[in-house]
Amino acid sequence: MLQAIGLESAEELFDSIPQDLLLKRPLNTPAALSEIELLNRFEQMGTRNTGARRTSFMGGGAYSHYIPTIVDHILSRSEFFTAYTPYQPEISQGTLQTIFEFQTLVCQLTGMEVANASMYDGSTALAEAVLMAERVTKRSKVVASSAVHPQYLEVVRTYVQHAGIHLELTPFHEQTGQSRKALAEAVDDQTAALVVQSPNFFGCIEDLAALADAAHAKGALLIVAITEAMSLGLLKSPGACGADIVVAEGQSFGVPLSFGGPYLGLFATREKYARQIPGRLVGEAFDKKGRRGFVLTLATREQHIRREKATSNICTNEGLIALAATVYLETMGRRGIQEVAHQCAQKALYARTTIARIKGFSIPLTGPTFNEFVVRGPIKAVELLSRLGKENQIDGGLALSRFMPDRTNDFLVCVTEVNSREQIDALIRALMNI
Amino acid sequence: MTTAITKVTSHISPNEQLIFERSQTGRIGYRLPALDVEEADLRIPAQFRRDDDLEGMPEVSEVDVIRHFVRMSTWNYSIDIGMYPLGSCTMKYNSRLNERVARIPGFANLHPLTEEHDAQGALEVIYELQQHLAEITGLPGVSLQPAAGAHGEMTGIMIIRAFLDSRDGAAASHRRTMLIPDSAHGTNPASAHLSGFSVKTIRSTAEGLTDLDHLRELCSHGDVAGLMLTNPNTLGLFETNIKQICEIVHEAGGLVYMDGANMNALVGVARPGDMGVDVIHLNLHKTFSTPHGGGGPGCGPCCCTKELEPFLPVPRLVKSGDATFRLDYDQPRSIGRVKAFFGNYGMMLRALSYTLTHGNDGLREATEAAVLNARYVAAGLVDDYDKPFAGSPMHEVVFTDKRQARKGVHTLDIAKRLIDYGFHPPTIYFPLIVQGAMLIEPTESVGRQELDQFIAAMKSIASEAVENPELVLNAPHDTRIGRLDEAAAARKPVLRWKPKD
Repeated sequence: MLQAIGLESAEELFDSIPQDLLLKRPLNTPAALSEIELLNRFEQMGTRNTGARRTSFMGGGAYSHYIPTIVDHILSRSEFFTAYTPYQPEISQGTLQTIFEFQTLVCQLTGMEVANASMYDGSTALAEAVLMAERVTKRSKVVASSAVHPQYLEVVRTYVQHAGIHLELTPFHEQTGQSRKALAEAVDDQTAALVVQSPNFFGCIEDLAALADAAHAKGALLIVAITEAMSLGLLKSPGACGADIVVAEGQSFGVPLSFGGPYLGLFATREKYARQIPGRLVGEAFDKKGRRGFVLTLATREQHIRREKATSNICTNEGLIALAATVYLETMGRRGIQEVAHQCAQKALYARTTIARIKGFSIPLTGPTFNEFVVRGPIKAVELLSRLGKENQIDGGLALSRFMPDRTNDFLVCVTEVNSREQIDALIRALMNI
Repeated sequence: MTTAITKVTSHISPNEQLIFERSQTGRIGYRLPALDVEEADLRIPAQFRRDDDLEGMPEVSEVDVIRHFVRMSTWNYSIDIGMYPLGSCTMKYNSRLNERVARIPGFANLHPLTEEHDAQGALEVIYELQQHLAEITGLPGVSLQPAAGAHGEMTGIMIIRAFLDSRDGAAASHRRTMLIPDSAHGTNPASAHLSGFSVKTIRSTAEGLTDLDHLRELCSHGDVAGLMLTNPNTLGLFETNIKQICEIVHEAGGLVYMDGANMNALVGVARPGDMGVDVIHLNLHKTFSTPHGGGGPGCGPCCCTKELEPFLPVPRLVKSGDATFRLDYDQPRSIGRVKAFFGNYGMMLRALSYTLTHGNDGLREATEAAVLNARYVAAGLVDDYDKPFAGSPMHEVVFTDKRQARKGVHTLDIAKRLIDYGFHPPTIYFPLIVQGAMLIEPTESVGRQELDQFIAAMKSIASEAVENPELVLNAPHDTRIGRLDEAAAARKPVLRWKPKD
């Protein structure tokens, strides 16, 4: 082939690179491994992740749910996972129709009118929602509850630091764990949006309808973030409560924990804001013969056309993970999503009421919860959880002191449909022995 | 060797409704264990509970779902079907081994908030991949947190801004201009805007390289924060003056950010850090073969100089003396977190598997093959298509529709006709500065036979454009659906299914 293009050596391929910039030594990375060696290496590293083998009650933004076997089979079809972004609709209808169904499912679950083709994850979706609220209202103050996931707040802070947006945090109620009062009081006619998470970081369900009224009375938007999307199977949709933008982490819908990613940002809003949405949108279209198909649409919002005036810089999103969520939601369907949500709530309630009766333990927040709740123990939570791990092979939850140093004895417990009663009882026995 | 052009023939391509149109009340496709705790009153007030019974959500069986997606999958082109020559997208083969690695339970079942000592293997993967990327780019500071290329760009540009603010204090407020060549990806100006910079555009020369005189002029006002440069640039040409370009920007007090979308031309051959680049993002879903998934997930690591390292996102990964890994959140000069948890971790596993199975020599060989393939296509098409730049292309080459346009056949038509020949079209109408651009990047994942078929197909379309332009103008002919009316779709957007009244 070199001869066919008139060259004598591979070195000549790089003639346009100045000599002094050429790397004249081999890369200092390992020599090639065979398949057997490679798998052994990764298997070994995998066994050092002792946390992956335990009975777990860890939530806090990533959740362990049952994933039907067919999800990974569909994802593994190379027609899906080795395809590019569907820029050529005639040979990408599989991807495009899937995204159209995904957008519809997100609208149905959130009670919103328009949803995009996905964002990177829940945290970046929230940051984009805040930027969008500023564009829509042309106001620069954003008030967020401090009961929003701390990492989400960190990401929002990073995104808005150069956007001229002033981010204000309001406290949550120490007894109920809810945000309504302080958040509703902080809204004024300079406020672009109120930001609330429900169920919030402590697992408490927020009064979204009251917050929507408070926001709208001052011309502000209500942004609702959800980290546990499975709650939508049981709780009133943010759309029905009056939310203007709903963002969520979609990992609960058929996506493995995988140490934090890839996950799936859901982004939905009202139809009147469709042209302000960040990211890709798929819409219905027809060919000359009147056959229905789907295309990427409203692209004039996007970076490849609008450049610095685009609604966002996002290009690649989470296409394959959106496919996973679509397969999951269609397999579980209308009944399955509700049943999973119901089981999560029932099992969490059982754990919560039983733990509350253990001597030395209490449930410090009184607000209603879905499948996560805060437990206050008799000793430092970090120490307690470490003992559960070592002595009982149980991951008992998340020590809140990792994010809020003053909450030393509090930890967040999450129960889902994959936790059997036997596991919950084992947790309870372990706590009784502390 | 003779090569016949193989055109697409019709195959089984079943029609398939939307799942909502398939739905039948009462059908289910799942089974959960019976609830094993006593059912109790949930203590969730009625006003907080759903009252719509999720009406409209699909009710289908498992086999319904399988057939639904398998049928739709047959409507997609994919790398596994054939060459996918999208310029600047690097659509290379996605090894199945990497997929297997990402599914090892010790990683797939690991919660991101697991305490460090219970996640040492996962942290080791991050550490090792960071080291490989540092070596490949020549830039020692690495964060794997950004989720995609544009996210890595934003991270890189925010790092530049934080560095300038730290270096210049209040005076940095006069340094808010980001220079971007007119050939750049649209994400570049969008990312600069997100970081609070205004954008000035640098012209390209007639040879397709950065115009040094224009760069000097733009750098003479004292307001330049930096330059965002793709190298090789989006015309597939190596910026031969890269050292000088970096010097000009540095002398003007700015920093150089490199868009690493085209790193597939450089891995193992030349390193951005040696060229004077300060910060770069990589696309693991391009250069390091993690699958593109029909539009993601990606992973857009950010690599930078020692000097910029304190500004990288938190947490940073630290290896202790006893070879254990811990996360360091105490980085007061960091730009902050750009994503929850650690980024698209599953992509990191696949990318590490890629670098380990290739080995250092294999990584360089892949680069050589990628450039050789692009050169071969360039030589094969130069007699039939207008090649606007004389320079030797690296891993991708740009042609235009100039000759075919005389017969009324344009780039879009050529792209659509290529589909009839069984190929995915190249990137079209990009870069924007080349009228009717067709940017072709074969990657290393095609052999000579397939390249010959691609060249033959392109040549055949060139003759069709002369002899039978209608044939090209009405393409594609052999797809299940024709060209869709995108203008009508955007005028009255239908973005979701709704039940018929």
